Amino acid sequence: MKNDLLFDFTVDKAAKTVFINREFAADLSLVWDAFTKQEILDQWWAPKPFTSKTKIMDFKVGGRRFYAMVSPEGKESWSIQKYTSISPKTNFKMLNAFADKDENLELPGSDWDLNFSEHNGKTKVSIAIKNESLARLEKMVEMGFKEGFTMTLNFLEDLLTTLSQRH
Amino acid sequence: MRRDVFQAIADPTRRAIILLLATQAMTPNAIAEEFKSSRQAVSKHIKILSECELVKQEQKGREIYYHINSGKINEIDKWVEQFRKIWETPFNQLDKVLATIKNQKK
Repeated sequence: MKNDLLFDFTVDKAAKTVFINREFAADLSLVWDAFTKQEILDQWWAPKPFTSKTKIMDFKVGGRRFYAMVSPEGKESWSIQKYTSISPKTNFKMLNAFADKDENLELPGSDWDLNFSEHNGKTKVSIAIKNESLARLEKMVEMGFKEGFTMTLNFLEDLLTTLSQRH
Repeated sequence: MRRDVFQAIADPTRRAIILLLATQAMTPNAIAEEFKSSRQAVSKHIKILSECELVKQEQKGREIYYHINSGKINEIDKWVEQFRKIWETPFNQLDKVLATIKNQKK
């Protein structure tokens, strides 16, 4: 689906952090719910054809979400998100780690910091995902990562636009 | 030392050179004039970009012109696209979920 909503995506290899800014055409409380309520989360969290299945959800500081990404073949990959800080409708932070089906964590995980703000009826969500290890980042994207690499998508977009204009 | 394209674009000057060459083929001197850094420093960047095959050189008379290797650039784009998709797909799904919820509320 093409739309004019903001979507920035930056990988900072040195800081082992992925930055994402995304706008949604909905008010703040609805978007907040979409990120913090199980029944909405499970509708969008997993990229199709995967599905998200939340087994435990306790959205409070010290609480957790224990969920699986389920493949079309029915294979379940479990993860846990532990909520470490919550400022309602503004920000929440969590530790995200892979787990087995019995909730045993596979550390290290990644630290997520999510900020929510509303402007002109649109809600912007800014997410910073800091990985404790590069191995974790590699696992997350399931592909290799090279040394000395900092890149923004904007650069590539500029470049590709320029190239397409030239041809 | 083996180079790869990601190392090549890790540096801001090299990214600027790529952008510059995306508009037109240029001689090393013309490229260097665009930057405050020394000619030597710029040549070093160009050398790395050539080694990574992001730029190609072409001899025209007495001058060497550098231009961009779009095939290689597309390789990077494909790689980033896969990476970006991990988030893009769920977010697009969320757009639809939000639209559905908003309609139900009406």
